Amino acid sequence: MKVDILIIGAGPAGMAAALAAAPSGARIALLDDNPAVGGQIWRDGPQAHLPPQVHEQRRRLAAQSTIQLLTASRVIAQAGPKQLLVEDAACARVIEYDKLILCTGARELLLPFPGWTLPGVTGAGGLQALIKGGLPVAGERLVIAGSGPLLLASAATAQANGARVLQIAEQASWAAVAGFAAQLPRWPHKLLQALGLWHPGYRASSHVIAALGDSHLQAVRLSINGQVKEVPCERLACGFGLIANTQLGQALGCRIEHNSIAVDNWQASSQVDIYAAGECTGFGGSEKALVEGAIAGHAAVGDLAAARHLWPQRQRWQGFARALQHSFALGEPVKQLATPDTLICRCEDIALADLREHGGWTPAKLASRCGMGACQGRICGAATQVLFGWQPPAPRPPFSPARIDTLLQLGQPE
Amino acid sequence: MSQSADIIIIGAGIIGAACAHELARRGLRVLVLDAGRRAATAAGMGHLIVLDDNPAELALSQYSLQRWRDWGRDMPADCAYRQNGTLWLAANAEEMAVAEAKYQVLREQGLDCQLLGAAALQAAEPELSQTLHGALKVGGDGILYAPNAARWLLQHAQIELRMARVVEIDHRRVRLDDGAWLSAEVLILANGVYARELCPELPLQAKKGHLLITDRYPGRVNHTLVELGYVTSAHNASGPSVAANIQPRPTGQLLIGASRQFDSEAPEVEPWMLGKMLRRAVDYMPGLAGLNAIRAWTGLRAASPDGLPLLGEHPQRPGLWLAVGHEGLGVTTAPGSADLLVAQLFGETAPLAPDAYLPQRFLGVAAHA
Repeated sequence: MKVDILIIGAGPAGMAAALAAAPSGARIALLDDNPAVGGQIWRDGPQAHLPPQVHEQRRRLAAQSTIQLLTASRVIAQAGPKQLLVEDAACARVIEYDKLILCTGARELLLPFPGWTLPGVTGAGGLQALIKGGLPVAGERLVIAGSGPLLLASAATAQANGARVLQIAEQASWAAVAGFAAQLPRWPHKLLQALGLWHPGYRASSHVIAALGDSHLQAVRLSINGQVKEVPCERLACGFGLIANTQLGQALGCRIEHNSIAVDNWQASSQVDIYAAGECTGFGGSEKALVEGAIAGHAAVGDLAAARHLWPQRQRWQGFARALQHSFALGEPVKQLATPDTLICRCEDIALADLREHGGWTPAKLASRCGMGACQGRICGAATQVLFGWQPPAPRPPFSPARIDTLLQLGQPE
Repeated sequence: MSQSADIIIIGAGIIGAACAHELARRGLRVLVLDAGRRAATAAGMGHLIVLDDNPAELALSQYSLQRWRDWGRDMPADCAYRQNGTLWLAANAEEMAVAEAKYQVLREQGLDCQLLGAAALQAAEPELSQTLHGALKVGGDGILYAPNAARWLLQHAQIELRMARVVEIDHRRVRLDDGAWLSAEVLILANGVYARELCPELPLQAKKGHLLITDRYPGRVNHTLVELGYVTSAHNASGPSVAANIQPRPTGQLLIGASRQFDSEAPEVEPWMLGKMLRRAVDYMPGLAGLNAIRAWTGLRAASPDGLPLLGEHPQRPGLWLAVGHEGLGVTTAPGSADLLVAQLFGETAPLAPDAYLPQRFLGVAAHA
């Protein structure tokens, strides 16, 4: 299969890139590992309520005969110059491209604390995704902890589906939260969003200490502005922020800066003909992703005037991103939650005490098997980066677990 | 300058660790310096295997396998030692004849081995291709997890492990990258492929290998499965080559090898080589195609021209002892290599004739005699 433009990730950035590039007549493939487009933020499902704007975007995508959607597909390896090996549930294929646009998004940072592996404990974004996918939460008592606006969004989704949100523990200080709120009038739409999400159980300078229970979650121990408090509940959702998914960009040789794919004004990466847009270039929400995606799409087909036209809009949302990152930077207390017997690697059951003695990710992995399990360090690698400052090594193919059958397609060098 | 230890060993891989273990057992103070670079012990398969390309290789691997079986009783669980045996797979009648010849050689040495016909092979390993003609089973072979075995060998009160990179060797002392000098009566160079940096005259060539590991599929494979073509397709070739090598790990994962490249020392996984290696493995075990791979990586084997290690004192640099050039057999032959080296150091009769492994065969005679 050969296309002019291959877009990896069909969230806001990828959808916008495809729509921006489409009028040029270029053949476009838009690939995502989820079964539907929309990314994490516009994830569809039986209990999802997507904004009208998303339905409109999806209609426009479907109407473009030059855009091919490849959902439930994952990038496995670089098969050759400008060629990626891709796998879906049924088959594998090599896709050749002229231009590549990486819109690989971000994933949730999960920080370990005592009890975080108990059934009933999820990520804040993870809970949202589960609820959209049909998880019943009506009548359940829920505590949300972590940092950033995602806590409020997650609470709103749970509440709309009948859960009782008892407490929202934000680790940032009131001063930081108030400082962020004071800037919101610069982005009126965000201000309205925030007002709509406001919750009486919201507390700043607060964080989870432990999830309590034997076989499943029964209560949460919280530090609420310095006071320890136990709250009986059925669910705990924790979101400590987002980590850019830079692995594919890194594997293709794109320069990484501040844990994000570095791009120029045209959203071009350091590698020729590879662009990047959205959360993988630094998290900042769907508005930033949409405009960056559109710039990348225009630039990739050579419509520089259209791309340049969007620069002011991008600047506006990058300002929002900076305010967000500055206000909700993780403080020390949430980095010290794990105790010596807290599991850091869930796949291989490796506790904090088994890791601390090692000087870095690779020696720790070799000695303890940390990161060698099914998730290949996606969770614990990010946690140890925050906890110990360990840098995970450059990703190697297969970039995701893949059928050996798929890898058999990797052929001779050119 | 005061001595930093009785003996300084450069390299805390399986060879350096085995030497340190044996020296410490004899009461010497050993300082082991490791630069923390990617090296063969961490990358390899941990296959403990008797090889018989030549009598010296057979003697060293057979002796070492016995030592591993002894150590295996004391090793902690995280070393993942198992005596699961190797099956040498014959794809055709010609290879079956090779299996029979190999059987004779190994039997003469008193090794536990057995020829399996096609039906017996299917019964032993039902996942294998039904087109195979049979196999030679070598019962004393095993597997282990070498990084932890090396750590276990280094756990001794007389051994100090220090993370430090040696940048120069000068007589009986070494300079670290921070400028500090350390000295000892004896230096042992056991840092595999990196030995060339400190000792450019060593005839070592890097041979890159790829490995891949699957998700957990317990019970699918029992023995380590190696194609008999391994000897011809991987060992003796000069260009890039692959050979089927499938090893069941105690976790239920399958470790799949093997490849050899002479022209590439880059650490990257090369997709074309990965594909080539896996196609070969799938020829032998078709069901592999339906399993999930979770990780691939590479490593460098430090090979000498004749495939045997260099074990002994450097003929022109008194006080510098060599334990390098093990190619893909370092984990297997670590115990024997250590015993051979230490016996020479102490002027004792070695458990094996040391001549075939002496550095003199490449470096010439002693200049200081």
